[in-house]
Amino acid sequence: MTDTIYALATPSGVGGVAVIRVSGAKAFSGLEQLGFKKDIKPRQAVFVSFRDPVSRETLDKGLALPFRAPASFTGEDVVEYHLHGSPAVVNRFMEVLSRLEGYRLAEPGEFTRRAFENEKLDLTEAEAVADLVHAQTELQRQQALSQLEGDLSALYRGWSRKIKKGLAYLEAAIDFADEDLPEDFDAPVRADFKGIISEMDEHLSDNNKGERLRDGVHVAIIGAPNAGKSTLLNAFAKREMAIVSDIEGTTRDILEAHLDIAGYPVILSDTAGLRPSMLGQSDQDKIESEGIRRAVERAEIADIVILLFNAEKDIMSQQDTLSLIDERSILVVNKSDKADSDVEEGYIKISAANGEGLYALFDALSERLKILYGKRVTPSLTRQRHRNALECAREHLYRAVTGAQPDLVAEDARMAMRELGRITGRVDVEDLLDVIFSDFCIGK
Amino acid sequence: MIPREYDVIVVGGGHAGCEAAAASARMGAKTALVTFDKEKIGVMSCNPAIGGLGKGHLVREIDALDGIMARAIDRAGIQYRILNASKGAAVQGPRAQADRKLYREAIQDILANQDNLDIIEDGAEDIVLDEENAVKGLITSSGAEITAPTVVITTGTFLRGVIHRGIEQIPAGRVGEKPSIGLAETLEKLGFPLGRLKTGTPARLRADTINWEKCKEQPGDDVPVPFSFLTEKIEVPQISCYITHTTPDTHKIIRDNLDKAPLYSGQIKGTGPRYCPSIEDKVTRFADKESHQIFLEPEGLDSNLVYPNGISNALPADVQEKMLRSIPGLENVEIEEWAYAIEYDYVDPRSLNRTLETKKAPGLFLAGQINGTTGYEEAAAQGLMAGLNAALQARAIKQNVSRETAPVFTLDRSEAYVGVLIDDLISRGAPEPYRMFTSRAEYRLKLRADNADQRLTDMGIEVGCVDTERREAWAHKKRDLENGKALAMSLKATPNTLKEHGLTVNMDGQHRTVFDLLRYPDISWVDLLAVWPELEGISPEIRKQIEIDALYSGYMERQEADIKAFKKDEALKVPKDFDYNSVGSLSNEVIQKLKQARPDTLGAASRIAGVTPAAVISLLRAIKNNSSRQSDAA
Repeated sequence: MTDTIYALATPSGVGGVAVIRVSGAKAFSGLEQLGFKKDIKPRQAVFVSFRDPVSRETLDKGLALPFRAPASFTGEDVVEYHLHGSPAVVNRFMEVLSRLEGYRLAEPGEFTRRAFENEKLDLTEAEAVADLVHAQTELQRQQALSQLEGDLSALYRGWSRKIKKGLAYLEAAIDFADEDLPEDFDAPVRADFKGIISEMDEHLSDNNKGERLRDGVHVAIIGAPNAGKSTLLNAFAKREMAIVSDIEGTTRDILEAHLDIAGYPVILSDTAGLRPSMLGQSDQDKIESEGIRRAVERAEIADIVILLFNAEKDIMSQQDTLSLIDERSILVVNKSDKADSDVEEGYIKISAANGEGLYALFDALSERLKILYGKRVTPSLTRQRHRNALECAREHLYRAVTGAQPDLVAEDARMAMRELGRITGRVDVEDLLDVIFSDFCIGK
Repeated sequence: MIPREYDVIVVGGGHAGCEAAAASARMGAKTALVTFDKEKIGVMSCNPAIGGLGKGHLVREIDALDGIMARAIDRAGIQYRILNASKGAAVQGPRAQADRKLYREAIQDILANQDNLDIIEDGAEDIVLDEENAVKGLITSSGAEITAPTVVITTGTFLRGVIHRGIEQIPAGRVGEKPSIGLAETLEKLGFPLGRLKTGTPARLRADTINWEKCKEQPGDDVPVPFSFLTEKIEVPQISCYITHTTPDTHKIIRDNLDKAPLYSGQIKGTGPRYCPSIEDKVTRFADKESHQIFLEPEGLDSNLVYPNGISNALPADVQEKMLRSIPGLENVEIEEWAYAIEYDYVDPRSLNRTLETKKAPGLFLAGQINGTTGYEEAAAQGLMAGLNAALQARAIKQNVSRETAPVFTLDRSEAYVGVLIDDLISRGAPEPYRMFTSRAEYRLKLRADNADQRLTDMGIEVGCVDTERREAWAHKKRDLENGKALAMSLKATPNTLKEHGLTVNMDGQHRTVFDLLRYPDISWVDLLAVWPELEGISPEIRKQIEIDALYSGYMERQEADIKAFKKDEALKVPKDFDYNSVGSLSNEVIQKLKQARPDTLGAASRIAGVTPAAVISLLRAIKNNSSRQSDAA
């Protein structure tokens, strides 16, 4: 028999209400032991004076909300205790629960795991619960919710179903070679597979939208020394994270700030200034070179790069920065307060120091985020795990489409289906035979 | 006077029984084959053919373990065809039409010459068990008692068999043969879960009343490829089959008479195979199909009988005649024997161990159609495994080793189709008559008909079921194969050298071996002969094997990784008396299914229909907790 588990479901600390969730076979009997003596009616909250079953002393007065298996989050019997939100009450209550027979504190994620094991959630949905709990921005919340509602599973299952159907045709052509199956009846299979491949390509080439929404979009600030990169980071983060000075090369390592920009989680990073040509071989210089190497590396992996120019100097002279312009760049000229230079079109003029132009930059950034990671028709990939499996599935499917030998083609189609199955569930041989027998008249 | 004490008793002289008896005897066990009628040993009761897709693979595997089916068909095959010849070696299935008489004679001859084997003409009335339900022997229909520590039951459709034709119902095992009722009662008494299945067979036609002009000839392969690794050449004369088809008229006759078809009137309750539907089924379920193919298969070289494959039914005789005569070529056909459907009891194979020994009665083995399979090949494969294991157990008992610790011989899904077959049966049961398909084998690319000897013969030699002739032939072939492969992997050339011989590969400076180059679709052995004349020394047989092995080698690496993962799950044993209720998070439905099959490993549990991946994870955790708790206690 598995243990009955309990845990505080609301944040710890003082609050209006604290909820303790209990799940397991002894959830209902626990409620009785704690003082509720009437018939337990699922999904009906009851007001109870909770008592310590041993000392009989009253612990708190509150609500108990029971759910009967399997109609609960975990698929087991569940009772939610709504108590007064004081740490003292919660601690005492949990201590009493720990003494009930078969009760123990839940491990992290254990409620969700039980829900998965009881088929209340599939793997992607279980992952979504974790994401939802950790969602910090509005768009993260929306994405996790869509995944929890099974949008992603539905997409993958749809592909899986189509591949299964195709595979059934391929297998029928192999296993019933001697029967009078329609001429070329497996020809449409390749077309179907090609269709799935292009859908997968579209899904995969989403700029890693889902993963970015989940894990954060990387925005790097890159520019010459003393262009004001750290000041800009501080201005965005609204606190002093980076040490700012007029001395070129103050920032050597990479500093990060986690921001919510128009609902998108953004990891903004400040990097060392670019001036490789001017550095010598002193230890000091070596440290700075390493900082610059990291800055360039960060610029390479970033999703969006803010290239920061110094208005005090001729832009055309800031070669190290200019050479980094590509489609990911947002071009910004800083220190508009100190030098009033005319800038070319496409450059945003700001003063990180007094805040001038920061809204324009903010808008440009949100606009870019929307273009890159905004709403799409299909649900987004949210995890590297899914991406890896999908890429393998796509590769196998491609080999199935281009292959010539039927046994190898079928093998690749099987592998593609298995990779998809790794994301959500699995497919069985008997399923295949069911498709074959329902679609064709087979048998001599 | 026939001695009355044996090591192994095999009941039934069909394909499972013959293979079981021969395997047991080859193992050196003193074996008795008990059957109603000596003359019926090796009879093909349905279609006159051996092999096919998946089935041909089984026959090769039986042969690799020195079984008799392949050798017998090679003495009786009158039309050989490799099915899927153009589709890749992994899915090529050898198949042959058999001369029924020659096949039966070949089987009877092989058994007659088998040492350690007696054939007893009698029925099986009851199994003698001790107080722990372990086997002690057999009571025959004539009342005699034969003692043996192990009994293999292979009674096919004879368990409460009922033949249906129209509204007629005749209790029988096969036409004209009586069913085994006593045995069914004994099995029921032991508490085996019995189910009911149905199968059918078409009418037998007189060849001289068929207008062959109207049918399409289907010749065999130009050069027949033998089933047995021991057969060098097929000496039996080869003939053709013919193809005709049903007409809209045929379908109308069937539809008009469905009320007389026991399948549709509710008279038949058993489940029939979906892949071998009766003609009534075909015209009803696929109503828009205007015509169905029928193979006219001659039953022998000098037989006047023809087996019309594809038109099994249970219609009344007068309807059958009308229907057959509506088919092109059969306008004036005379019928020798009418089609019929047969319903029979089978034992739910989930009550068996991997050795095909019953869980309830130690020493009692079941093999063949009694376990819910169809097909000669599926039956023979089970017979072989049951016979082998019965012999191993009997030997252990003689040496005072307990039954529980007796050595066993099993094959898993990554080793053989035989392994797939038995694993499917014992973990999934047989909700419909079970037939092998290549698509059932997840390691299909490895389990090929061409390499059955490479996969299994050494295992057979180790367990002791392979006789001298094959041992020597295999040793010879194995040496040639190893030498040939070593040569193919050692001869290498640069792209430049290859270019000189007109062979184009990537000019990357990489040396490529013969084995590597054989994977190129446009490079053939003959091309390579020009580069390396020393390849001449490799025989055509070995050469073909090297070519096939090279072609699959890329896929094999990944499959090996899968097999490793599979073996890991297989190695995780579920304790025999494991309490599934203790897992906690399993649904009642899953618990029910697990209890029915009592899988021996986690892998087997995962293959039970309805057992979800999540349930498997819970089970895994529970088993691990269980074993760590036990080792803590110890």
